[in-house]
Amino acid sequence: MYQYDQYDQAMVDARVEEFRGQVARRMAGEITEDQFKPLRLKNGLYLQLHAYMLRVAIPYGTLNGRQMRMLGDIADKYDRGYGHFTTRQNIQYNWIKLEDAPQILADLATVEMHAIQTSGNCIRNISSDHFAGAAADEVVDPRPYAELLRQWSSFHPEFDYLPRKFKIAVIASDTDRAAMRLHDIGIQIVKNDAGEIGARFYVGGGMGRTPMIAPVIREFVPALQMVSYAEACLRVYNRYGRRDNKYKARIKILVHEIGADEYRRQVEEEFAHILTLGLEPPQAEFERIAAFFADPGLESGLADGYDRSDPDFAVWADQNTTPHKQAGYRAVVISLKPAGGIPGDATADQIRLMADLAEVYSLDELRVTHTQNIVLPHVKQSDLYALWQKLDAAGLATANLDLIGDIIACPGLDYCSLANARSIPLAQKISARFAEPERQRALGELKLKISGCINACGHHHAGNIGILGVDRKGTENYQLLLGGSEAADTSLAQIVGPGFSEDGIVDAIETVTNVYLAQRAEGERFLDTYRRLGMAPFKEAIYG
Amino acid sequence: MKILTGNDLGSGHVVWWDGQGWSRHVHDAVDVGDAADTILAAEEAARRVNASYAISATKGADGTVRPDHIKDRIRALGPTVRPDLALQPSDPHSGNWVI
Ligand code: HEM
Ligand code: SF4
Repeated sequence: MYQYDQYDQAMVDARVEEFRGQVARRMAGEITEDQFKPLRLKNGLYLQLHAYMLRVAIPYGTLNGRQMRMLGDIADKYDRGYGHFTTRQNIQYNWIKLEDAPQILADLATVEMHAIQTSGNCIRNISSDHFAGAAADEVVDPRPYAELLRQWSSFHPEFDYLPRKFKIAVIASDTDRAAMRLHDIGIQIVKNDAGEIGARFYVGGGMGRTPMIAPVIREFVPALQMVSYAEACLRVYNRYGRRDNKYKARIKILVHEIGADEYRRQVEEEFAHILTLGLEPPQAEFERIAAFFADPGLESGLADGYDRSDPDFAVWADQNTTPHKQAGYRAVVISLKPAGGIPGDATADQIRLMADLAEVYSLDELRVTHTQNIVLPHVKQSDLYALWQKLDAAGLATANLDLIGDIIACPGLDYCSLANARSIPLAQKISARFAEPERQRALGELKLKISGCINACGHHHAGNIGILGVDRKGTENYQLLLGGSEAADTSLAQIVGPGFSEDGIVDAIETVTNVYLAQRAEGERFLDTYRRLGMAPFKEAIYG
Repeated sequence: MKILTGNDLGSGHVVWWDGQGWSRHVHDAVDVGDAADTILAAEEAARRVNASYAISATKGADGTVRPDHIKDRIRALGPTVRPDLALQPSDPHSGNWVI
């Protein structure tokens, strides 16, 4: 894992002290809320429905045990004993006191963490593949590239006041596990025919009220020129992005309005100019960064295979663990989606337990997934059973990865001040309705995603089944969408028809799954059947 | 009725104007008529409240106060999915009041 150098630590520490002073001045009345609000947002502190909300950055979703334990301790000490892991691989606390916020940031700084650039019109925390460094199918580990971009984008003065927020995802395999093409910039690290590593740039994706899938802007940028290319992409956006209208200010609108070809032309022009300045990071610096990720301590010479005699364990191992690039290991996904539970929430005790388990069983590494689960990336197959027993005892062994119970849900109207409708109760009702494990497995891969408003924090546009909460004359109403995907075959879900009440939508989903079960061809996932049949049979079954 | 709400500056708690100060209980909220702007300006300036605003609500025969918008009812109660953290943790059905 990357470790702060003296500059990283000094910057973060200085920021904590600066914020301590700002909070003191606000409490003393020396500055008004209008003056203070942008300052607190710069430190991830929002005011939400019930209290202040703190969003902590988890760069590319990677944590060590010490950091994870601190997240659990913060939940206990300053919040109400739990935290919410988000689709951007971060964690949010819902009950923060302004008075405590500086000390929380100071505590985070002791474990090389912060909440900088988790809000505002800047480059946000960079997300990545949650199996990075473990995935059998990756070209290289994408995280050194994500880290390079993190360093470049942290406190980058030119991009501190963009037309709108800016989100970057970096992956390095053909299987997209990070919704890469639904980001402002999606970067896929690839190898060209000559065997050189470089970056393929997708620019102008996003969700929100105008979902768009990012087109390829450049097929191959040599690895060390990646930062310069990103700089060119942002510079063109910063210059021409629409600041007159918040709803048209994202880069996706610019790329769409001027067209990918014209956008590319301008980026290339800017890129050519930047290259003349020689700002590319030296190879040695990249190697210094990459060395942190190179070898977490995997043993070689282990055999594949493990004792599967306990049937409950075998079901979990099949559903929630995935192949590892190293023989004898698996990557484990800890589901934060128990039937009837709150997607992404974990108690302080669970968070600390996962920290302990990572230290014992996963070479001191954890990942937060954009699907609001936790990954232990490097588990020896011979340890899987012992690990499962401990998870099971803590209510963390739900075997539902990528099944209908593995729901993404944004905080919705239970916590979020922008919401139109609640998301979490729906997730609870749906996962309870489909709680029967055999039933879920019979349905197979089915990604259900719920947002409480058009901002789409819950990725509803990318759900095989998506749900969008809307406000219909003061009551909660839910629209049903079908056919979205955020994997390598990214597609945007389409609205089926008129919306539903809370119970109505749960029934409608059951109807949709029944149509699938009746009509699926051999080996088809829900998404495949939907793509083959189109909307009509589903619509017919729901509305008659 | 018109009532006033906001968050306590330091703790962030949701609070309601009770005529003299800020209560955590919505049922303490009083009708401010058309004095909303004056009260809020004074209270914000004195840092006794943050992010405050006026809403309409309805007073029940039993004296309870029900904000007209669901968002403010959830603010008044707490997250409906965590009755244990709501203002009335002893009443697991308190969430029904929201809907
Ligand atoms: C509760 C406080 C939150 C607020 C006020 C908030 C606000 C917003 C807004 C305004 C947008 C739309 C931006 C745009 O289209 O320009 C947005 C998008 C998004 N937010 Fe949130 N959000 C919140 C929580 C979350 C949480 C908890 C997650 C993760 C579960 C999240 C992840 C995202 C994602 C993935 C998008 C859409 C992707 C994109 O187009 O950028 N947000 N959010
Ligand atoms: S989608 Fe809407 S309701 Fe859900 S967290 Fe985002 S802004 Fe809030």
